[in-house]
Amino acid sequence: MGLDLNKVYNRSTKGSILFVVILLGLPLVFSTNNYLLSTLIMIGFYTIVSTGLTLLMGYAGQISLGQAAFYGIGAYTSAYFTTHFGLSPWLAMMVGAVIAAMVAFIIGIPAFRLREHYLALATLGFGVIVFTFFKEWKEITGGLNGFFGIPPISLFGITIQTDFQFYYLVWIFALIGILFARNIVQSRIGRALLSIHGSEVAANSLGVNITKYKLQMFMISAIYAAVAGSLYAHYVTFINPQLFEMITSIYFLIMVVIGGTGNVWGGLIGAAVYVCLGELLKEIVPLFIPNASGEFEIVFFGILLVIILIYMPNGLSHSISKIVKRVLPAWRRKKRVNACFGK
Amino acid sequence: MDVWSQFVQLLFSGLTVGSIYALVALGFVITYSITGILNLAQGDFAMLGALICISFVNSGFPFILSILLSVVLVMIIGVLFERSAIHPARHSSTATLIIITIGVAFVFRGIAIFVWGTQPYALRPFTGNDSLQIFGAVIQTQNIWAIGISLISLAVLYFFFNKTYMGKAVTACVVNPFAARLMGIQPRKMSFGAIVISAGLGALAGIIIAPISGASYDMGVMIGLKAFIAAVIGGLTNAPAAIVGAFIIGILEAFTEGYFSSGYKDAISFGLLLLVLFFMPNGIFAKASGKRV
Repeated sequence: MGLDLNKVYNRSTKGSILFVVILLGLPLVFSTNNYLLSTLIMIGFYTIVSTGLTLLMGYAGQISLGQAAFYGIGAYTSAYFTTHFGLSPWLAMMVGAVIAAMVAFIIGIPAFRLREHYLALATLGFGVIVFTFFKEWKEITGGLNGFFGIPPISLFGITIQTDFQFYYLVWIFALIGILFARNIVQSRIGRALLSIHGSEVAANSLGVNITKYKLQMFMISAIYAAVAGSLYAHYVTFINPQLFEMITSIYFLIMVVIGGTGNVWGGLIGAAVYVCLGELLKEIVPLFIPNASGEFEIVFFGILLVIILIYMPNGLSHSISKIVKRVLPAWRRKKRVNACFGK
Repeated sequence: MDVWSQFVQLLFSGLTVGSIYALVALGFVITYSITGILNLAQGDFAMLGALICISFVNSGFPFILSILLSVVLVMIIGVLFERSAIHPARHSSTATLIIITIGVAFVFRGIAIFVWGTQPYALRPFTGNDSLQIFGAVIQTQNIWAIGISLISLAVLYFFFNKTYMGKAVTACVVNPFAARLMGIQPRKMSFGAIVISAGLGALAGIIIAPISGASYDMGVMIGLKAFIAAVIGGLTNAPAAIVGAFIIGILEAFTEGYFSSGYKDAISFGLLLLVLFFMPNGIFAKASGKRV
């Protein structure tokens, strides 16, 4: 590519640090606004899931329409093990992640022999089957009535109950997730994955074990989703199957597509746009259409999705980074010129 | 009710649902064969057909005219859909096209909520609420209508594809688009036609099922998905096999519901989908070879 990777890494590191500082400072400014905090927390959950899915879709080039199943597996495992066995939420979260990874492994072996439409349908089918079990396996999940009384999570003896505390918890997880994704992408695995995305045949002939990498990414994306689901369960303390329906998988997909799959920040951007737009539409739509129900916003997501895919097939993160790349050097040049003239 | 009459009853309800799936699955196979697009908005054509038809009937149009008008209207919607969403993105990747059709499905559902709201509607049965006694089982005449109309439509399509010039041109595009183009057939026009036919078939399916299970903005989701399963069972490009697949799914669901539990109905159909995908990815009637890595 003719790029000095070191330079790219350093420059984006500066930006990332600035971003992290803003992120950690936000609740200090808005600490009294619970609505805003809970919105930011939702963005946090979705960022974790969509970062995992970005790895799978953007880097391994594989579609998954069943991600809500892993989100649900994380949530229900946490709920079940903490309430029935008194397991610590942290341990339960780990159990959920392991179960999700195992399920991904089992379903992934046959599924990743399939491609394109067939893979999309297989993951979709998997999602519907898992959802049915959430709904029907009443002894474990409580069925349609849902699962009550999930204990909150605690850290260093502090029970994390307020939105202010939870904000930091979920965003630390989200940042670790992004950092981990970034390391994967910049490692040997990342380059192998990109070669798979480019051409499976070429990658295979160069000795890249395609199936192994795809399967690994599927398991990693499942772990991301399960951890987010587990955190979510401890945040809301009540879950029901509808949260993990097929439509949720599609929402995750929408986030990844909006954000763009070519960039580890895509998941975060997609999640943020999705949640903010959803909240905005909840405010705006009733002004114009008084009898619109909550589900009306999907029409806007549908249109947005089609427009983005037709006109910005690489998603928002690609467009943003293009703008930054164009604006930043110009701005630097101007600063240098000004410095020469002693301004 | 004895065992035998219950069996017949379930068989009829399976055949009815199966015939609905068959119509939608056929539209899906036609679209997929010609355009290579897995149109996840296929089931929503059924929803639009049913709701539009109900609106026509409620505003005083004659019954037959309402059915015809709504099928034509859904076909026009299909045209708009092809021009605005599929055509501009025709060079995109498979995943992108799938997601675009999901987006379109959302738009259809949103429009349906906007126009008809979220409450379900009922369409009156085609010929009253009469029922027939067959082997001790009580069969609603609407079920007979549904199965009959589906079979007639399928027969007409068979005639169209195998006996008419236009139909043969479409078939040629399915078999080999490049050779078809050399023979002066325009695959792009055919892809247009494919989506219009699929939209019409979907609309018809929706209208037929509306008197039996009602119509609402979200009815298209499961009809569409079950039709995909049927098409996959048939191997995606094999129309007769997809129809057989549709009846298999319909009957399997009816018997699961009748003898086991309705909750697991979807899981069983999708479980069958996974089994077919994993072990016979070219459909249950195909020989080996095909799209596996």
